[in-house]
Amino acid sequence: MAAISTAPPPSTPAPVRRRRSRSLSQAGWPTYVLAYLLVGVCIAPVLYIVLGGFRTNSQITADPSGLPSPWEIVNYLDVLSSSVFWRQAGNSAFVGILTTLGVVVLGVMAAYVIARYNFSGRAAMYSLFAAGLMFPMTVAITPLYIMIRGLGLMNTLWGIILPQIAFALPTTIIILTPFLRAIPKELEEAASIDGASRLGFFWRMVIPLSVPGVVTVGILAFIASWNSYMLPLFILNDEMQYTLPLGVQSFASQFSTDTARVLAFTSLSMIPALVFFSLFERRIVGGLTGAVKG
Amino acid sequence: MSDSLGENSVAVRTPPEGRGPVGGGATAAPAPAGRRRGSADWRKRAEIAILAGPAILLFLAFVVFPVVMAAYYGFYRWKGFGPPTDFVGLENYRLILTDSSFHDALMHNGFIVVMSLVLQGPAAIAFALLLNQKMRGRSLIRVLIFVPYVIAEVIVGTGWSLMLQTTGAVNDFLEKIGLPDWTVDWLSDPDIAIWSLMLIITWKYIGFAVILFLAGLQSIPEELFEAAAIDGASYWQMQRSITLPLLGPTIRIWAFLSIIGALQLFDLVYIIWGQYISATAGTSTMATYMVLNGRLAGAYGYGNAVAVVLFVISLIIALIYQRYVLRRDTEGAITEGKKK
Repeated sequence: MAAISTAPPPSTPAPVRRRRSRSLSQAGWPTYVLAYLLVGVCIAPVLYIVLGGFRTNSQITADPSGLPSPWEIVNYLDVLSSSVFWRQAGNSAFVGILTTLGVVVLGVMAAYVIARYNFSGRAAMYSLFAAGLMFPMTVAITPLYIMIRGLGLMNTLWGIILPQIAFALPTTIIILTPFLRAIPKELEEAASIDGASRLGFFWRMVIPLSVPGVVTVGILAFIASWNSYMLPLFILNDEMQYTLPLGVQSFASQFSTDTARVLAFTSLSMIPALVFFSLFERRIVGGLTGAVKG
Repeated sequence: MSDSLGENSVAVRTPPEGRGPVGGGATAAPAPAGRRRGSADWRKRAEIAILAGPAILLFLAFVVFPVVMAAYYGFYRWKGFGPPTDFVGLENYRLILTDSSFHDALMHNGFIVVMSLVLQGPAAIAFALLLNQKMRGRSLIRVLIFVPYVIAEVIVGTGWSLMLQTTGAVNDFLEKIGLPDWTVDWLSDPDIAIWSLMLIITWKYIGFAVILFLAGLQSIPEELFEAAAIDGASYWQMQRSITLPLLGPTIRIWAFLSIIGALQLFDLVYIIWGQYISATAGTSTMATYMVLNGRLAGAYGYGNAVAVVLFVISLIIALIYQRYVLRRDTEGAITEGKKK
């Protein structure tokens, strides 16, 4: 390193120092200050919700932006011991898991076709799903509601799961297609010489190799489902079927004077999405990188 | 390129398939080429149908069909029960396009589209450059700035509406740090509410933009920076001549997602401002207008017509954007199969 930095003419030591750093320079203290400031802004409202759950209503009224003193755990215990919370969490989990499974299975299969088969309708199929990005739930929600009602799926969790799978397919397929296309052709040829059919290749090679992409889209689908609000708002009127987002809202209006308990309920309901995300953060960022490159 | 490879691999693959046990009785040796190819073709089509069929069916049934039905229902005055019979032609559309509260909602959407790009874009690029350095706790920082994006709209809405109350945490905090003049009625004052909404939107979605841009930055080859540094380029020159152009596709895709999202905005407004006061607070959007005047008013024909207007507006903007901005990025991806 030293040898290199002495080689160029005298005017260039500064660029050379940057060269070693390139885009990945060692951060100086201003970077840390700004980065922590950004983190603080992002986290403060979340902390407000979580810490607010540890306060009492009189603490919140007397000092809205203060810290808990003393810490009260009773709000959290109340929520955790209520059947309402667990029932809604169970509904959300059921919907989230089945949506994720459906999206991943159907998405991988369709993306495999688009990525690896040559046929005349391939471009049309890709365009169909790409156009789906422009069909957000908002536009379809009213007729979707009428259709779900016609199918007799009102107030059932399946009335949420099926549309959610359908609406998550475009993103899933568009993220997965470049992943599957990147699997080298030689691998497929080698497999076929060894006597594997294309479906056999799909099961034995494609599925294991596409795990990073699948985890990415799976987590995204689960989080989207866990947070989904508009569809349950239209489809679920029966409190027994409420998922957590509807539950949070109805809890917040029902106990609007009991702010501390609302905050406790709210912070408990965001835990699963946060846990899933932080466990797989690297994968999600990696998956987005693949999608951006593709 | 992948196409010509594909052709080759089909040619290579055909014989082993014909020899396989499922090859429709065609044995390896003297099967006529046409028949063998036909059976492989048939098999390929069956595979395509089995693999892609379920996804396509579900997609058509739950995404495309409802949108088509919206166009149909939009021509009727309909309470949502029984088949629609009261055909009113374009009357619903005339009402929508002359309704001043729809104009307001449309203006709000336009404002949100523009301000989202203006507020989030430059800040997110700056933060991505900032975080694309070796620093302690880098991965933790990434997780933390992504947290608002991962949290449900309902939670964001509930939390912020409590904090932004006149007696809430934000005003209290401003007084504590000696800015009592800055305390305002964040949610009800029509001059301020839409800015509060922008604040919340920026807070919630900027992490996504930063992570997307970080991913884009990491795909830029290091050699370019090395070469530029050898030529004596300064840090800012490198960012302007290398980073920004090469980050272009990522920025354009992000802007597209941001525009579409802003046009469809519903959850946050509906949760924070409720069903009725979003219009008086000046934060109504086309989607909240649709729900309020459609389903909640029991006017399903009208609601569907609003959905169609919303869809057409989004589609026109998306097509223009794709035609003039995204074209060079998506050209390869979408037209690849058609290459002659």
